[in-house]
Amino acid sequence: MQTVKMVITGPFNAGKTEFIRSVSEINVVSTERKITTASERIKETTTVAMDFGRITVDEELVLYLFGTPGQKRFDFMWEILSEGMLGFVVMVDSTRPETFREARSILETFRAYAPTPYVVAANKQDLEDAWELDDMRIALRLDSKVKLIRCVATNKESVKTVLLELLYSILAEMDETPA
Amino acid sequence: MALKGNLRDFTITQLLNLINLAHKTGSLVIEGGGESIQVYFRDGKLAYAQDGTGDNSLATILYKAKKLSAAQHQIIQQRAGNISDKELGLLLINASYLTQQDILTSLQQHFVGIVKRLFTWADGLFQFENNVRPPEDKITVRVSLENLIIEGTRRMREMEQLQDEIPSLDMALKFTDRPGANLRSIKLSVDEWKVASYINPKNTMRQIARATKLNDLEIRKIVYGLLQAGLVEIVRPEGAPVITPLTRQATQPAAKHEQVSLINRLIRRIRSL
Repeated sequence: MQTVKMVITGPFNAGKTEFIRSVSEINVVSTERKITTASERIKETTTVAMDFGRITVDEELVLYLFGTPGQKRFDFMWEILSEGMLGFVVMVDSTRPETFREARSILETFRAYAPTPYVVAANKQDLEDAWELDDMRIALRLDSKVKLIRCVATNKESVKTVLLELLYSILAEMDETPA
Repeated sequence: MALKGNLRDFTITQLLNLINLAHKTGSLVIEGGGESIQVYFRDGKLAYAQDGTGDNSLATILYKAKKLSAAQHQIIQQRAGNISDKELGLLLINASYLTQQDILTSLQQHFVGIVKRLFTWADGLFQFENNVRPPEDKITVRVSLENLIIEGTRRMREMEQLQDEIPSLDMALKFTDRPGANLRSIKLSVDEWKVASYINPKNTMRQIARATKLNDLEIRKIVYGLLQAGLVEIVRPEGAPVITPLTRQATQPAAKHEQVSLINRLIRRIRSL
């Protein structure tokens, strides 16, 4: 049995756990704890080690989705989780521009750990105060070649689109790499 | 007993605070990144500092502070090679070239500059030896540490913010293909021009910093400015080993067509979800 993995990362409350939950065939193994810091009490719980989802491809291949903890004090997990990944998704909450800088920083950190293909998912695009993709691209300082994809993490089709775009990027990079 | 440790665990601000509060007298040697800095304190105040690699002579310090001309500096270097700093200082004052205040202010700025550089060091072995005094022939000053500690804390905060923006100096830079951006029409400082002249996907930011003699904070500041202006972007260094996704799994070496096949299987599966 061969296993491959993708990492879903992004700032606190970007929607990583929901993203994995939408496509995982198992109940997401989540290591959530009640939030203790007042400033981070936007939601009741947060991921402290990792989320873990699975998609069985066939009898010989399984894809694992790992969600990183969003709070900075758990960033020691990032390098461990990035080891051997196929690629990664950076989730960004489109309604919280104050997290864009952190998202950019997480993106750079993961690129430094492993220069694998990645896409940026602009989550919560269904909400009224979501930023436009073009504005987000400027705010996140994303090159025009970087895929910035509209996303609603609770919607399975939307999550599938993000994962497929990442897989297309991986394929494209393979085409560019000499055999 | 000497106070020993690493700046990773005990920051320079904490060290200065300790020396200040305990009114310590002694020498602090810090080594890191191939550099060595020695700072002397008397009764909790900065007395003297020297950079292990630089020229710490009074003549050079005064020349850098623009108190001596290049010609005067050269003459002193040639004719008064063996003269001590104290003797040279007296000579310059007696010859009415400089006042005592000129000399002390220049030295103070030089020593403070050396200590400020330490605020950008996140790593480095330090050792504080009690009751070790500066060399007898050196001119000392008395600078309170409080302002330095406040300035240092501010710099460290700045450094932390810049580290968030530019987490790794092992990445390279390239000029953006932004139409209309003409580097020649943009006003850059001397240091920014120096950095710009090395921008090339083959050079990492760390290499550029070394070539331009900039410390981590200085290179990050300049790169951040260039990034904000949209002039450059961070890229993976050319020539760095490219780790393709599947070849990273040493236990599962796969030919390229197998990798492509695997990705296609994943795509089909995700589509069918």
